[in-house]
Amino acid sequence: MNAMLDTPQTAASPVIQGKNLVKEFPVRSKGILRRKVGAVHAVSGVSLEIGQTETLALVGESGCGKSTTARLMMNLIEPTSGEILYEGRDLTKLSRNQMRPIRRDLQLVFQDPMASLDPRMTVFEIIAEPLRVHNLFKNGGRDRVNSLIEIVGLNPEHRNRYPHEFSGGQRQRIGIARALALQPRVLMLDEPVSALDVSIQAGVINLLEDLQDELGLSYLFVSHDLSVVRHIADKVAVMYLGKIVEEGTTDQLFAGPAHPYTQALMSAIPLPDPRKERSRERIVLQGDVPSPSNPPSGCRFRTRCPLFKELSESEQAKCIDVEPLLRSDHAGQTRAACHYAAPKQLV
Amino acid sequence: MSNISVSTNGAPRSAGTKGDMVLEVNDLNVSFPTDDGLVHAVRGVSYELRRGQSLGIVGESGSGKSVTSMAIMGLLPKTAQITGSAKLEGEELLGLGDAELSRIRGKKISMIFQDPLTSLNPVYTVGFQLAEAIRVHYPDVNKAEARKRCVDLLDSVGIPNPQQRVDAYPHELSGGMRQRVVIAIAMANNPDVIIADEPTTALDVTVQAQVLEALEKAREEVNAALILITHDLGVIAGHTDDVLVMYAGKPVEQGTVDEIFYEPRMPYTLGLIGSLPRMDESRGHRLTPVHGTPPSMLNLPPGCPFRPRCPMHQDICAEVEPALMPIGPSGHVSACHFSDQLEGKAPDDVFAPVATDLSVEAEVEAAEAEAAALHQEEDK
Repeated sequence: MNAMLDTPQTAASPVIQGKNLVKEFPVRSKGILRRKVGAVHAVSGVSLEIGQTETLALVGESGCGKSTTARLMMNLIEPTSGEILYEGRDLTKLSRNQMRPIRRDLQLVFQDPMASLDPRMTVFEIIAEPLRVHNLFKNGGRDRVNSLIEIVGLNPEHRNRYPHEFSGGQRQRIGIARALALQPRVLMLDEPVSALDVSIQAGVINLLEDLQDELGLSYLFVSHDLSVVRHIADKVAVMYLGKIVEEGTTDQLFAGPAHPYTQALMSAIPLPDPRKERSRERIVLQGDVPSPSNPPSGCRFRTRCPLFKELSESEQAKCIDVEPLLRSDHAGQTRAACHYAAPKQLV
Repeated sequence: MSNISVSTNGAPRSAGTKGDMVLEVNDLNVSFPTDDGLVHAVRGVSYELRRGQSLGIVGESGSGKSVTSMAIMGLLPKTAQITGSAKLEGEELLGLGDAELSRIRGKKISMIFQDPLTSLNPVYTVGFQLAEAIRVHYPDVNKAEARKRCVDLLDSVGIPNPQQRVDAYPHELSGGMRQRVVIAIAMANNPDVIIADEPTTALDVTVQAQVLEALEKAREEVNAALILITHDLGVIAGHTDDVLVMYAGKPVEQGTVDEIFYEPRMPYTLGLIGSLPRMDESRGHRLTPVHGTPPSMLNLPPGCPFRPRCPMHQDICAEVEPALMPIGPSGHVSACHFSDQLEGKAPDDVFAPVATDLSVEAEVEAAEAEAAALHQEEDK
């Protein structure tokens, strides 16, 4: 998993890069000893890189490890193994004190804006807090906060209101303003619009696009919604059970997904277009995602794979015994982790 | 599973013929008294539902789409004031007592809720709960028969190994499987109407596809009418024949699914469609958000409730609330004074694709202040 995409967009050196990230959470026994009896393999060998003014979307179903991967990339949790490179330094080896100035550059926006804003602080205080923490408020912090409130499209007169006085979309804008306070370079967005109504969601998506163009931010966009991803992302990585099963630029991926899981995911997203919806091919997956504490051998998707069922016994044996690696030597343009990858046009 | 009607000594419920009228809702109004005043949650909803038809109800949170169906099912708290009529095969449902409603609920009309874990009882097996749904309406069915039918039902909604799963407790099943059990319970007595309230919102997309497939199959097998309540226009596009768009407790547009998606004649519908990111369109296309927020249902100002968010509004919109007016002969109706101006318009023509909503917000606030002032005067 060394060479990432060979597209012009990523030719410049990446802003942040994760290499072979692995995260295992221990499963402990009951009782006093709480011995380690197993491990949940949340993330197993994921490599990502994000360039300047670029949006990388991490897509997958709940429990596939996409949020854990994003938290690893921000060095919020310690990886079991692997490294995160930012400005030539491996973040995983830094102490808390060494990490602190770098935290300014890496900021987060969460899914539930109500849960991530302190209900007892005014909007002004919420947005000023990161500046105060980093001792930057004294030098023109007040003006900075006021301009941030305007940048994200909130009414400056509302700066003394509390979060509960705002609608969901406005709260998410407060969360974005707080993340921007320290002029970060990378923003991690964990399902930032999935809790919002559609008419409001569109405003937040447009805002994120404008901010990226104006401030040159890099986004790591975690989402389960491929329609939002198609709209906002430059590159997409699809995850299944802790592994990236397919990656490519947004155009490449949507033009011809080559991994059976990406194909199923894409065909499961309903299109808001009755005529297309009636005529389109549907791949309905059977069963559920296996437990990440005991993932299947070989290809992790084989237990639900519609392609696997059509293969001959000797071909199936390869899926069971050999773990497929991301490869681009198939007919499609993406990099897919499937022994029998073949692109298919779905939208 | 060809024959799924319950064989009992009594008259078995037969699946009627397609096209019969099953549910007629007329001018349904629901209000809730609160400390701050009367909240008029549903304001005049009317629709007709035929056997085999599937009606989608779309709207944002708080638009009254769930309250409408809860009122029909008699599930609202006693304090709710309900007027209008809802007739199931000619029988009036509103105002029925609990005992009479219990006779109808789960037998002629059944409901599927958003969260399957809260609609299933954690201390009973799914088989027990399925059998209960059958035996409460058909006491003659013995346990062995009921169990056999449970296995058939679980099989028909696509649950693998139904023989074993019938003895499983809800916590032993995944979210998608639980929701399929709920669907099996809903179709257990061949109901005339199935109401599904956000049935897939809590589920992952691949599981959503499985559940929607099960729901579609259930509807076909028992030849029921389906009301699908959702905020997801994609689900609506693929699974309904007719669509009712609700805003501020009122239907603002109604028509066939094609009419709503390809010829919307109400700015709100147009706005919803334009604000949706689409998987089949590339990034160059910019979304057109509907700025502002839905109005508070308390002391709704006069005129069109969508006016503060509508880029087309004029003076008349502040005074007269538009009624549902027919557009063409097909039964497509919309509530807008200027629906004729929307012919052939795309969302970008009406809504400006800017990211912020400051000006709209100022207007909404002005309108709210105005309404509050008006209300205070009334109080005096």
